[in-house]
Amino acid sequence: MLEIDNLSHVYGGGGPNAHHAIEALNLSVAEGELLCIVGPSGCGKSTLLRSIAGLITPTGGQVKVEGQVVRQTPDNLAVVFQDYSRSLFPWMSVADNVALPLRRKNMDKRQRREAAHEALESVGLSGAGRKYPFQLSGGMQQRVAIARALAYRPTLMLMDEPFGSVDAQTREDLEDLVLKVRSHHQMTIVLITHDIDESVYVGDRVVILSKAPAHVVGDLKVDLPAPRDQITTREHPDFVHLRAEVGRLVRGHATV
Amino acid sequence: MSAQTLARPRPASTAIRWSRRAAGALAFAALIELVSRTGLVDPQFLPPATEILARAAALTADPEFLAHALTSLIAWAAGLGLAVVIAVPLGLLLGSVPIVDAATRSVVEFLRPIPSVALIPLVSLLIGTGTQVRITLAVYASLWPILYNTMYGLRLVDPLAKESLRSYGFGPLAMLRRVSFPSSAPFITTGIRLAAAVALILVVSTEIVAGRGEGIGVFMFYAGIAVPARMTDILAAVLWVGLFGVLVNAVLVAAERRAFRWHHARMGETP
Amino acid sequence: MRTRRMRAAAFRTLVLVVLVLAWEAAARAAGNTFFPPPSTIVVRMHAMWFSGPPSTLFLTEDAIANILPSLGRMAVSFAGGAFAGVVLGLAVGLSARVYDYLDGVLQFLRAIPPPALVTVFLVVFGFGLRMQLAFIMFSILWPVLLNTADGARSIEPLHLQTSQVFRLSRTERLLRVIVPSALPKMCAGLRLAVPLTLIVMVFSELLPGTVNGIGFQLTVAYQSFDLPAMWGGIVLLGVLGYVLNELYLIAERRLLAWHQAAH
Repeated sequence: MLEIDNLSHVYGGGGPNAHHAIEALNLSVAEGELLCIVGPSGCGKSTLLRSIAGLITPTGGQVKVEGQVVRQTPDNLAVVFQDYSRSLFPWMSVADNVALPLRRKNMDKRQRREAAHEALESVGLSGAGRKYPFQLSGGMQQRVAIARALAYRPTLMLMDEPFGSVDAQTREDLEDLVLKVRSHHQMTIVLITHDIDESVYVGDRVVILSKAPAHVVGDLKVDLPAPRDQITTREHPDFVHLRAEVGRLVRGHATV
Repeated sequence: MSAQTLARPRPASTAIRWSRRAAGALAFAALIELVSRTGLVDPQFLPPATEILARAAALTADPEFLAHALTSLIAWAAGLGLAVVIAVPLGLLLGSVPIVDAATRSVVEFLRPIPSVALIPLVSLLIGTGTQVRITLAVYASLWPILYNTMYGLRLVDPLAKESLRSYGFGPLAMLRRVSFPSSAPFITTGIRLAAAVALILVVSTEIVAGRGEGIGVFMFYAGIAVPARMTDILAAVLWVGLFGVLVNAVLVAAERRAFRWHHARMGETP
Repeated sequence: MRTRRMRAAAFRTLVLVVLVLAWEAAARAAGNTFFPPPSTIVVRMHAMWFSGPPSTLFLTEDAIANILPSLGRMAVSFAGGAFAGVVLGLAVGLSARVYDYLDGVLQFLRAIPPPALVTVFLVVFGFGLRMQLAFIMFSILWPVLLNTADGARSIEPLHLQTSQVFRLSRTERLLRVIVPSALPKMCAGLRLAVPLTLIVMVFSELLPGTVNGIGFQLTVAYQSFDLPAMWGGIVLLGVLGYVLNELYLIAERRLLAWHQAAH
């Protein structure tokens, strides 16, 4: 599904201010997998995500999505950014925000409206279509951003610290929403986070990155009983063990 | 647009931006030179840029032009200065005493929309065609932006700052001096910047309409009668007026930034 | 809240009535020809412009011959200047590099007080309507252009990235993302352009060679020492300025409803 081959990215050319964000990073993600990527803050996670999404052209190596080298944003790829307040369009209603990307999908107006309604329903916001983003709470705005990505019916969904700007309770709700969405729609999800617990709770697999320049320092399979639950999963011995393991890998390389 | 430019637009450095501005200005001058020399635009209407620049340089040594320019400059400075002296205290008063504001609001709303150039004939009848007319009209026109911005700035004063000062036993005058005035200073500066441009418009308009005495507008008026022979004179004078406007604007923008430093600090922005 | 606002409005109206009455009394007492009492001005305005037959909506021939041309000039040149300013502003603001190159020249052109260029326009277009329209359009072009360019330039990068991720076409990106996000700044430019249009319109009508318009009537009143007519012209222009500004603000509020609520 997703192949990252020897990826490197340097900001600022070769000059004295050059910043090596990623160096020789290799990673592959299988179809239908939910992969969490964790790493210390500022390690180049966002650069990795933007390279996958075709928003930046990496200075070395390549990214392949469904066998195609990424040069611009691939078809059927959606991104949920951390900063929902700046990724939603404030001048459009919630429903228009969700329906906007569908213009590329050969759907007529009615179909677009229905798809938007359906996507909003699946994130628990069926009544909010006529509202504007600023009339919703932060957590609800992020749900709209997720609905927008879902309505697009991507085969690969990238999430860039999607729950980094919401409170703890909302965060748990949104984590469960991702798990629910994932079991209903057939798609591959790559979720970037700096929260170790979250990566283990949500992911099928957790990849740990070093601090910049980022490369893979750990790759753990998460084998926790389904369905996952905020209380019981988090007290499961395997969860506790995995969390410690991921923490060691993140810290070990963060404090060197 | 390539992916590279979209993702992270890196703002160009100050040096690069200045060199680009200079290159843009040079290209603009070269374009004028070209269309004029090739006859694409009648050179009588648009003389080559080099001729305009040469004339503009020559005008700096022309005592007649300098006298015209100085008269206008004095009228502009006096008009703007008087407007500041009147409008800032008035704005502070109206902005901090609600009852006075309510009482005068209708008058302000009534006077403000009158286009100031409409007063040129009336004021000319009242006080002749001298410098006083220009100053009077410049004051009238530049009063409103300063008044409006001063009042607007006062409305945005952080009530917490006022309360904390009041809790230390400061009176209303101390509050005005220590909180209200400093925190509305950036808005006052913005008002003065807008007023400076309006005052210049009024001085030049009045001079052109009156067509007598001294002043840069009078210079343009006479050059206009002799046009197209004196087209170069007009454009050289326009060049000086425009550069003067740019200079005044730049100075006041810098003053605004300075006055606004606290604002950027509070908002967590980089100035 | 509502009654308080109504009481404030009533108070303001009351103050205005008292002041007009005081002006009336003072003007009558002084008997100065330069300052006719408001009643004289209003009577004169009525006789001059609003005492026509019902078939012309009570407008007199004078009003049709002068007020309507002034309004027409403003409408045409505001529309033209604003449209050109928005289109050129978007073109300039879409590229940071283009903006940098043109910034200096544009700042210079904006800083020129429009009346300074009127002789140039007279030479190029000669006296008359074409010159007036071109001159007014040119005057309001710069504030609209520069503000629009600024708005288009300061678009949120994440909005652009989002439209790229969802592969919006160029047209969709322009119309649904860039134009709306430049809109608040664009409106700030238009807000400056409304009173400026009125000012340069009057100025262009004060010039020799004008044959009609409210400004032309001011000149006629000046030459014939007709002070009530001159005051009438000033009051009419003030009312016009007020009404046009209010109309613009209503339009702007509709256009920017999302923006005002979100900020």
